[in-house]
Amino acid sequence: MRLKLVPSETSYDFFSRGALTGGFSVVMMAASVVLFLMMGLNFGIDFRGGTTFRTNADNEVVVADYRAALQPLGLGDTSIVVVSDPLKPENNVTQIRIEAQDAAVAAETTAAVLDALQGVDETLRFEAVESVGPKVSGELVQTAVLAVVAAIAAVLFYIWLRFEWQFALGAVAALVHDVVITIGAFSLLQIKFDLAIIAALLTIVGYSLNDTVVVFDRVRENLRKYKTRALTEVLNLSINETLSRTVMTSVTTLIALISLFVLGGDVIRGFVFAMILGVVIGTYSSVFVASAILNRLGVKRDWSKEAARKVSGQYADIDA
Amino acid sequence: MLDIPLWKRVTIWALCALGLWLALPNAFYTTVERHNDAVIAIEEGTVTPELQADVDAWPSYLPSGLVNLGLDLRGGVHLLAEVKLEDTYVARIDGMWTTVRDTLRTERAVIGGVRQLDAVPGVMKVRIANEDAMSRALELVRTLAQPVVTLAGVGETDLVVSGDGDVITITLSDAEKAAMDERTMTQTLEIVRNRVDEVGTREPTIQRQGSDRVLIQVPGLGSAEELKELLGTTAKLEFRPVVRRTTDGSAAPGPGNEILPSVDEPGTFYIVEKGAVVTGEELIDAQPTVDQNGGQAVSFRFNVAGARKFGDYTAENIGAPFAIVLDGEVISAPTIQSHIAGGSGIITGRFSIEETIRLSALLRAGALPAELIVVEERTIGPELGQDSIEAGRIACIVAFIAVLVFMVLSYGTFGMFANIALIINVGLIFGLLSLIGATLTLPGIAGIVLTIGMAVDANVLIFERIREELKAKRGPARAIELGYEKALSAIIDANITTFITALILYLMGSGPVKGFAITLGLGILTSVFTAIFVTRLVVVIWFERKRPKEIEV
Repeated sequence: MRLKLVPSETSYDFFSRGALTGGFSVVMMAASVVLFLMMGLNFGIDFRGGTTFRTNADNEVVVADYRAALQPLGLGDTSIVVVSDPLKPENNVTQIRIEAQDAAVAAETTAAVLDALQGVDETLRFEAVESVGPKVSGELVQTAVLAVVAAIAAVLFYIWLRFEWQFALGAVAALVHDVVITIGAFSLLQIKFDLAIIAALLTIVGYSLNDTVVVFDRVRENLRKYKTRALTEVLNLSINETLSRTVMTSVTTLIALISLFVLGGDVIRGFVFAMILGVVIGTYSSVFVASAILNRLGVKRDWSKEAARKVSGQYADIDA
Repeated sequence: MLDIPLWKRVTIWALCALGLWLALPNAFYTTVERHNDAVIAIEEGTVTPELQADVDAWPSYLPSGLVNLGLDLRGGVHLLAEVKLEDTYVARIDGMWTTVRDTLRTERAVIGGVRQLDAVPGVMKVRIANEDAMSRALELVRTLAQPVVTLAGVGETDLVVSGDGDVITITLSDAEKAAMDERTMTQTLEIVRNRVDEVGTREPTIQRQGSDRVLIQVPGLGSAEELKELLGTTAKLEFRPVVRRTTDGSAAPGPGNEILPSVDEPGTFYIVEKGAVVTGEELIDAQPTVDQNGGQAVSFRFNVAGARKFGDYTAENIGAPFAIVLDGEVISAPTIQSHIAGGSGIITGRFSIEETIRLSALLRAGALPAELIVVEERTIGPELGQDSIEAGRIACIVAFIAVLVFMVLSYGTFGMFANIALIINVGLIFGLLSLIGATLTLPGIAGIVLTIGMAVDANVLIFERIREELKAKRGPARAIELGYEKALSAIIDANITTFITALILYLMGSGPVKGFAITLGLGILTSVFTAIFVTRLVVVIWFERKRPKEIEV
C-alpha cells in the first residue's frame, strides 16, 4: 500500500470560500506591514553596521556579568544574546553586538572586549568576530533591495513571456504576498535579519514561483482542452489535478529543511526558518493567491490552434 | 515508443560516471588535501619522506580536484579594506611646491615674488606679486604638466592650471587621478600580498574589489588582530636631516621644514626638513636584531642607490643629527658619528621584540602608497567552522535518507528510480563544484539540502502525470511516455524561474550568499538532467526487462 498524502481523486472547490481565503491573505499582509512598521526588523550588522562577537565559554553565561564587564569600555549600545542549541548543551554561546563605528572594529577594541570578558570567565573565547562599517552596510542594503526587486522583475518578465500577462500578475502577487508575510514573521519574532535572510527570501521567491508555474502550466493546458468550460471550473480542475504533486514536493522539501533546522546548527537556523516559512506560505499562495487573482482577472480564451501547437511543441525536440 | 538509442544511453551513463568520478576526491577530503599540499611543496623544492608519503596516499591517476571550503566552514579571516586614494593626490600636489616655486622664480623679474596660500587638500594655490604677468606665469606652470598615458590615449595632461586675479590654482586632472588610482591599487595589492606573506599563512586570497577596495581572505587564521595591525600601518620610513630639537609643539618650523613628534620622548619635537635623504623604498632588507647595549633594534640594508645617497650624506654631515621617521613620527634622532659606507645600519628605539619583528616585516614588504581602512571584517574560528561542517553533514545525510524513504513509501519501485537519480544528483553537484573550483559555504550546504528536497520535484511531476495517464486507462508504455512528454513544459518553466533567482543571487551576492546561489543553481541543472534523462533511462531499462502488463506508480 502506498503512502498517499492526497487522495488519488480530488475535486475540492478552492474558490467557494474566496472571500475567506482572500480576506485571510489580506489580513495577514496588513498585519505584517503593521508589525514591520511598529516593531521593525531586527537588522543584523550586515544592514545596520556594527560588530558582533560570538563567544563560547566553559561556564554558564551570566548576561549581567558580561554587561557589567563591558560597561567601562564605553562601546555605546550593546546587546548580549544567549544562543542556545539543545543539541550542544556543553556550549555557552553568546552573541554580543556593539554599535557601528566609522569603519570595521579596531584590533584594539576586539582585544579590549576579549580582555574584559575573560575577566568574567577566563575560559571565554571568540568563535567569530564580524564587523561591518556603515559605508559597506549601506551598500549591502542597496544590493539586497535591488536583488529582490530584480528577481521579482525577471520572473515577472519570464512568465509574461511564457504565459499571458494575467498569469504574470497573479504569480507576482503571490510572490509579494509571500515575501511580505515572511518579513512580517521576522518582525514579530525579532529574528536577526541579515544578508543570508535575503538569500532565503529570494529562494522563497523561486520556490513559490516553481509551485505557481506548475499550476499555471496545467491551467494553460486545460484551457486549451476544455474551451467551453468556465475559467473558475478550469482553475479548480487544474489545482485538483496538480494537488498531489504540490503536496508531495512541499513535503519532501520540508523534510529536508526541517532536518537542517534541527541538526544544522544555530548559525544557519534563522536562514532555514525563513525558508520553511516560505515553503509553507508559498504553497498556500500558489493556490489561494496566484490562482485566485487569475480567476478575478480572467484570461483571454481565443487560443488559436497555431499558437497552441507552437507552445506545446516548443520542447518536443527535447527527447531522451 | 520508449526506445532510447544506444549512443544516448552511453552518453547519459558516461556523464553520470564522469560527475561521480570528479566528486570522488571529496569523499576522502583530508587525504586528498594533504596530497595536493604535498605535491605543491615538492614542486617548490621541499622533499621530505613525510611529503612523499602524503603524495603516495592518493593515487595520482585519480582526480584530485576538491570543493573549496569557504571561510565560514574552515575558519579564517575575511577583511575588506578601503584604500584612501585621495591621500595620494594630496601628497602629489604637496610635493610639487618646490618645483612650481623654482620654475616661477626663473622669471622673477616679470612675475615677482611667489607665495603659497592655504588651500583645501589636493589643491595648490599660489599668489604671484605681479598680477599683470599672470598669463606668463600660467604658461610657465603649464610647462610642468606631463601627458597622461592612458589606454584611451586622449592626450590629456596631468595638471589643471587656472588663474584668477593674482592666484594660480593647480589641481590634478581627472585623467591623472584615474591613472594614479590604478597605480596606487596595483602597488597596494602588491604590498598587501607581501605583508600577508610575511605572516606566513597558507593560500591567502588578495583581490581588488571595485575601484578602491582590497579583499583579503586568509583561511585558518583564528584572529584578525595581527593581520589588521599589519594593514593598519603605512610603514613609510624616511631618513631626514634634523634642523633642531624643541619642546614646543607649536613652534614655527620655517619654510620647507615640518615639526614631528618623537615616539619615545613625549613632549619632545623635532623640526626636520620635508625632503628625505633616503626612504624605505630603497631598503632591500630589514631584520630584528639587538644593539650593543642589548636593546631591541631593527637592522637594515639599502640598495646600491640608497647606500650611495646615505653614504654621501653621512660623509658630509658628520656631527649633525638626522631623524629616522616612521609614518610621521620620529623613532630616533642619532648623531652621525662617522661616514656610514656600505649602506647598512640599525634603528634603535624603545622596541619590544614583537615590535621589532613587525617593523622589520613591514619594512621588507614596503610602504603602502595610501592608508588602508578596514571596512568589513568577518573572522570565523576554525572550531566554529568545524562544527558547522559537522552539523551540515549530519543534516544532509538525515535529509537525504528521509527523502529516500519518503519517495519509496509514496511511489514504490518508481520511488527507487527517483532515488537512484537523487543519489547521482548529489554526486553530480559535488563533481561540478570540484570541477569549477567553486567554494562551498554554510548557506551552500543549505542549498544542497534544499536541492535534495526540490530535486525530486521533477520526478514527482512526471510520476503524477504517469498516474493520471494510467487512470485514463492507457497502457503502461504509453502512460510512461505521455507522462514524460506532458510533464516536460512544467518542469522546464518551473526550473527556469528558480534558476533565474539563483542567477540573480549569484550576480548580486557576495561570499556566503554567492555560495548558496552556486549550489542552488548547479542543483537545478543536475536535477533537471537526472529527472529527464537518468530516471527516464532507468525506467526504460526496467521496462524493457520486465515488460509489465500493469504498472503501479
